[in-house]
Amino acid sequence: MSSDIVNLSRRRFIAGSATLGGALVLGFHLDPRSRAQAAPEAAPSVQLNAFLTIAADGAITVYVKHSEMGQGVLTSIPMIIAEELDADWSRVTALPGDARPEFAHAQWGIQATGGSTSTYTSFEQMRKVGATARAMLLQAAAARSKLDAKDLRTEGGAVIGPETGQRWTYGELAGDAAKLTPPTDIALKERKDFKLIGKRQHRLDGRAKVTGSAGFGIDVRVPGMLYARVLHAPVFGATLKSFDDKRATAIKGVRHVVQIHSGVAVVGDHWWAAKQGVDAIDAQWELGDHASFSSESQRQEMGKLLKGDGASAKAVGDVAAAMAEAKDPIEAEYDFPYLSHAPMEPMNATAEVREDGVTVWAPTQFQTFDQMAAARVAGVTPDKVVLHTTLLGGGFGRRATPSSDFVSEAVAIAKAVKAPVQLLWAREDDIKGGYYRPRTRVTAKLALDADKRPAALRVKIANQSIMLGTPFAPDLKEGGVDPSQVEGLDNWPYAVPNLSVSYHMAKAAVPVLWWRSVGHSFSAYVKETLIDEAAVAAGVDPIDYRIELLKAHPREVALLQKLKEVSNWGKATEGRHQGVAIHESFGSLVGHVVEISLTGGELKMHKLTSVVDCGSVVNPDTVKAQIMGGGLMGLSAALGEAITFKDGKVVQSNFTDYPILSIAKAPAVEVHILESGAKMGGVGEPGTPPAAPALANAIAAASGKRLRDLPLDLASLKA
Amino acid sequence: MKLNINGRDHEVDAPDDMPLLWVLRDLVGLTGTKYGCGVAQCGSCTVQLDGVPMRSCSLPVVGVAGRKIVTIEGLADGDTLHAVQQAWLDLDVVQCGYCQSGQIMSAAALLASNAKPSDADIDTAMAGNLCRCATYPRIRAAIHAAAAKLGEGSAQS
Repeated sequence: MSSDIVNLSRRRFIAGSATLGGALVLGFHLDPRSRAQAAPEAAPSVQLNAFLTIAADGAITVYVKHSEMGQGVLTSIPMIIAEELDADWSRVTALPGDARPEFAHAQWGIQATGGSTSTYTSFEQMRKVGATARAMLLQAAAARSKLDAKDLRTEGGAVIGPETGQRWTYGELAGDAAKLTPPTDIALKERKDFKLIGKRQHRLDGRAKVTGSAGFGIDVRVPGMLYARVLHAPVFGATLKSFDDKRATAIKGVRHVVQIHSGVAVVGDHWWAAKQGVDAIDAQWELGDHASFSSESQRQEMGKLLKGDGASAKAVGDVAAAMAEAKDPIEAEYDFPYLSHAPMEPMNATAEVREDGVTVWAPTQFQTFDQMAAARVAGVTPDKVVLHTTLLGGGFGRRATPSSDFVSEAVAIAKAVKAPVQLLWAREDDIKGGYYRPRTRVTAKLALDADKRPAALRVKIANQSIMLGTPFAPDLKEGGVDPSQVEGLDNWPYAVPNLSVSYHMAKAAVPVLWWRSVGHSFSAYVKETLIDEAAVAAGVDPIDYRIELLKAHPREVALLQKLKEVSNWGKATEGRHQGVAIHESFGSLVGHVVEISLTGGELKMHKLTSVVDCGSVVNPDTVKAQIMGGGLMGLSAALGEAITFKDGKVVQSNFTDYPILSIAKAPAVEVHILESGAKMGGVGEPGTPPAAPALANAIAAASGKRLRDLPLDLASLKA
Repeated sequence: MKLNINGRDHEVDAPDDMPLLWVLRDLVGLTGTKYGCGVAQCGSCTVQLDGVPMRSCSLPVVGVAGRKIVTIEGLADGDTLHAVQQAWLDLDVVQCGYCQSGQIMSAAALLASNAKPSDADIDTAMAGNLCRCATYPRIRAAIHAAAAKLGEGSAQS
């Protein structure tokens, strides 16, 4: 049974191996009695395997093992299955998959969505799911018709025989097919025969999302459910000394005030009561050491770290010797702030704790961890936890939390008040409540040779490790290098004979996490603005300069040439200025050209032109949407996002002081896909890294000013 | 108090200062309208009040009794989607979709008052509706598409 394999993987995971090498081969075991999820069809349906049911009327439901958070997996994964199944696409619907062993990530061994991996890691597996089901339906048709399966073909959700009128729909055959043993040796289609893959398909979740019927985490309704909010500590690491709930309990609709592991929960008949209740709690805290922490004190501390040697993440040639000979090296210091993911749907989860087990409904990227956390908090074994995945109102990494913070809180409250509870954080709780992209300082020194080509580069990176203190800690490298924080610089692609990249681990009580594109969210900025400075110093066109230094990287060269062709490069109208940046991440390569004007120092972004090479494409429309959205999120952060600290407290609280991009500032966007035929990569994150540096390079082209800190000091452009 | 929501009267028992958003979601059971910020800064909670887009998170329910409230659930005419919803589908605007109820309610109100908005009109009218997935370029395109469709309809009639 496949579940044995999955359980083994989980044990290994808990023991501390985050990267379970090799794909997990799942049996597509054929058991209609396996824990069936509620199928939406009225017609009786047969569950062919964990991923697929076929109803008697031909309706096909695909259970998608990866979480839908906007990136389009609820469409792309059914497309892959339907392709090999020869299904009638108009009869395919998709539902988010609940937590179950068969839904483990094909490379990680736990059920999770992240790292832009969903489509490419499950591509072969999902093709096999579709092809296996098709083979079984063919076999069922052969048995029924007494024909040889060789003489039958499939098309549009039916098996078709050689004679006119010989047609059996999948709905008719599903019952028979479900009784068969799935074949183990199945042929997959040739790429040239694809009818769905590679062609634009409308999103399957579109209609629900434009009519208000889509089910997000906060839309879960359970009979007898109460609503909760939690008062968190004002300073990370603070402990609760005492609290007075008199004013809170006097509020109409407040039912319970209970202390849980993370603070004080107020539970009411509606969330408005819970919201006001939390505001009315008078709590005393022991603030602890972090109360003296500020953004400025951290800046100085990181400055000290950067004076040291750090831990080597990459060393090529002899940087010290080359630097000793260098004339006028480019020396640059960068400061990148903590960033909040700020998905539009604030953190939430719904939980019901019964004698015999727990049910959780959660918009989550980390089903397996959340299931284990819910079990721990409720005091049951993980197999007693049923976890339903809802749609996610944005993720960006925030809902892949190793500590399962929001699920743990919901279960703790439901257990305490003995009723189903929906926990919802206020936006202020989200902005102030932690899990940020780490604040990062970087220093770089780039020496150019007599021909103005890179001769030596030294880069030092200081920040908090994301992996330290989590189940991913075993993936830290020698000397304490967090690979997720040096990515994008430890594989510096531009030709340079001497290279040194070091990591300088900082410590702080601030919880940090992967934020869309993780380390690439700042490493691309360093790499792409630095090489742009070198191009300017060399007096060479920035695209041509890059092409020359990337001779060993034909994929990058092809992308840059395409970008030059489609971006109106070098031909901007008067008063407009362009900046370029490219970056490889998550198996894909993205290049952006940002076109701006700076009238009287006032920045206006006119256009973002992008080229993406993700190898091969499943749904071109969602690829374009992801590169567009990813790029704009990078620009959003560059323009004004920052979480800062004073007296240990987060200064920002809501969209009023944590401004995210609005339509009024969003440029027009044009995305081009370059299908290089390389191994398929991800698209959820790769659009983000090159956006901010392309903007900064455009600003430098317009003003001659190099803004090295983010968010960009736009006021300085008016001086 | 009595609320008229999507053409139907609902009798609700709510504190006067309870924002309409929570009355809709937690008392009436219409969850299409979303919570995003609670301070009228993100537009996820946008509904139409007598045809005007309003942030329901900051609208005390006492002030809306007896007025015409339309939520995302009430925008379509039965199975026939509003032109804005249809344009959203045709152009695959949505990503995560969480903010889109509010976007669509604002866009529909814009087209009701300005049949042929320019990009600048759209940016002004929609600036209070944030989308973290940054679907903005497609929102602009979909509003233009819906305007064109509605224009055809009125030209014919």
